[in-house]
Amino acid sequence: MNFEALLLSIRLALCVSAILFVVGVPLAYWLAYSRWRWKFLLEAVVALPLVLPPTVLGFYMLLAMGPRGPLGRLWHAAFGHGLAFTFAGLVIASVLYSFPFAVQPLIASFETVDRKLLDASAVLGAGRIRTFRRVILPLSVPGIITALVLSFAHTLGEFGVVLMVGGNLAGVTRTVSIDIYDRVQSLDYLGANRTAFLLLVISFVVLSIVYGINRRAGRRQWLPWAAK
Amino acid sequence: MSAANLAARVRKVHRGDAAPSFLLDLNVEVLPGITILFGPSGAGKSTLLDCIAGLTQPDAGRIAIDSEVVFDSEKKVNMPPQRRQIAYVFQSLALFPHMTVEANVGYGLRDASQQARGRVAEILQMFRVEKLRARKPREISGGEKQRVALARSLVTLPRVLLLDEPLSGLDAGLKASIVDDLRAWNAAHKIPILYVTHSREEVDALGERVIALEHGRIVSAGTPREVLDAPRRRRLAQAAGFENLLSATVMDLREPDGVMRVHLADSPCEIEVPLGHASPGDRVRIAIRAGDILLATEPPKALSARNILEGKIVSLQRRSSLVAGRVDCGAVFTVHVTPGAERTLELAAGKKVWLVLKTHSCHFVEG
Repeated sequence: MNFEALLLSIRLALCVSAILFVVGVPLAYWLAYSRWRWKFLLEAVVALPLVLPPTVLGFYMLLAMGPRGPLGRLWHAAFGHGLAFTFAGLVIASVLYSFPFAVQPLIASFETVDRKLLDASAVLGAGRIRTFRRVILPLSVPGIITALVLSFAHTLGEFGVVLMVGGNLAGVTRTVSIDIYDRVQSLDYLGANRTAFLLLVISFVVLSIVYGINRRAGRRQWLPWAAK
Repeated sequence: MSAANLAARVRKVHRGDAAPSFLLDLNVEVLPGITILFGPSGAGKSTLLDCIAGLTQPDAGRIAIDSEVVFDSEKKVNMPPQRRQIAYVFQSLALFPHMTVEANVGYGLRDASQQARGRVAEILQMFRVEKLRARKPREISGGEKQRVALARSLVTLPRVLLLDEPLSGLDAGLKASIVDDLRAWNAAHKIPILYVTHSREEVDALGERVIALEHGRIVSAGTPREVLDAPRRRRLAQAAGFENLLSATVMDLREPDGVMRVHLADSPCEIEVPLGHASPGDRVRIAIRAGDILLATEPPKALSARNILEGKIVSLQRRSSLVAGRVDCGAVFTVHVTPGAERTLELAAGKKVWLVLKTHSCHFVEG
């Protein structure tokens, strides 16, 4: 069992979940309540990673992060080194890849909050931020947990994007899924099985948590395999 | 607390869920005390409250509390709802399900100071829900929820209170007790309270002043008695201009077509008239202008008019520029024709004729 790879995967998944929460909540709020007529275009962009092969996303991310790509050049100017094949590059690519898994459950749960409660909050003197903090957020807890857990689990299990953008550097970009692939390539089936089985158990536990929470919340949440 | 008036002039195209859109166009002045806004559902009552509270924007108009303008389409003033200090209790009450009764009531008070908590405790007691302070909304009864919703709105010391059928679904006793508590509160604060209902009983029980709304317009205003009696008088007055006022019995309603069939009293005649507030078996009156009736000397064919009655001319009477004929079709109708038509058709007493009545020329009069 390659603990280095497992720890790296968990570190990556935690970073990505945290970033997705910070970026996803305001974006989901805007997507849930805005009446902008071109909103659907942004919704489509957010959902893109659901349908694109990870290699397509990874390929364009690699181009963008390369020494001549816009992101790569920006990064180089700021930090003095490239972005491709680094942990930071992996985080950026993974955030994009897991975007719909965080944003869509958030939108779904914001949208199920009764609009009359928002009206009630407004006539009681609360502005948007206070309404969001005191009413929308607490009533969206199941959706927020779903979003966090799905971002975490989806990042933990990603393969194609990591391979394209991160390569296979031990301790930097070699995540569990890459490690399993490596072992199979070198016919170490026993080692592959140990890691694969652990990933299977983790995924099952995570999904059980999501379903359990949704069941307690007593309503349907957005889940990617239900939306597809 | 000073007594302030609410003045609202609102124009807005009203788009209901089911009803066709119509123009909400009215001008109301609400004095301190309870004013009832009465009308059938879809008359625009809730839309008016939404405009006053700032939850929806009128197409044009001006809304002011005393001298402070909260909305003015000409001066481009549109104060957001959270700054208007107008309390609004919805029909659904909209209590926050994740908060206790106490947290719900304290929501509108921004600070958690000793003084704020004192005010919450005081109003919980006033509305007799202090024992429920630690409960969640789903753990209390309908009447208790209504008391909590009132307390939550009033603790903020609003300048105006809007109530959208807040007591629907309660029995009369419970309703009266809540209204008594509301009156007791307002005896001390004297703010304008606009109370929406479509129930005549509530109008009778609550109202000092009533404003009746129909299709977005004020149709009458005054004391409950004056307003509740107004529709009948209005319609009868209207009917006074009609030469034909016939008693009839409603036979059946054809709601999809917007019509009903009635049987004219003491005759074999059945006619189709526009749908009114009536049920089969009701005694009603149908008013028809003599000039709206067509007269033919042969059985008319291929006409859009739904009512064709066969009869005999009883008498013809020449008046300055028209001829008033009385035609017996079982029921007797007065018909106006021109002298030219009288000559061309060779009308005379005893002649067989057919009367043609368009459905929408037949006006339904209650009672």
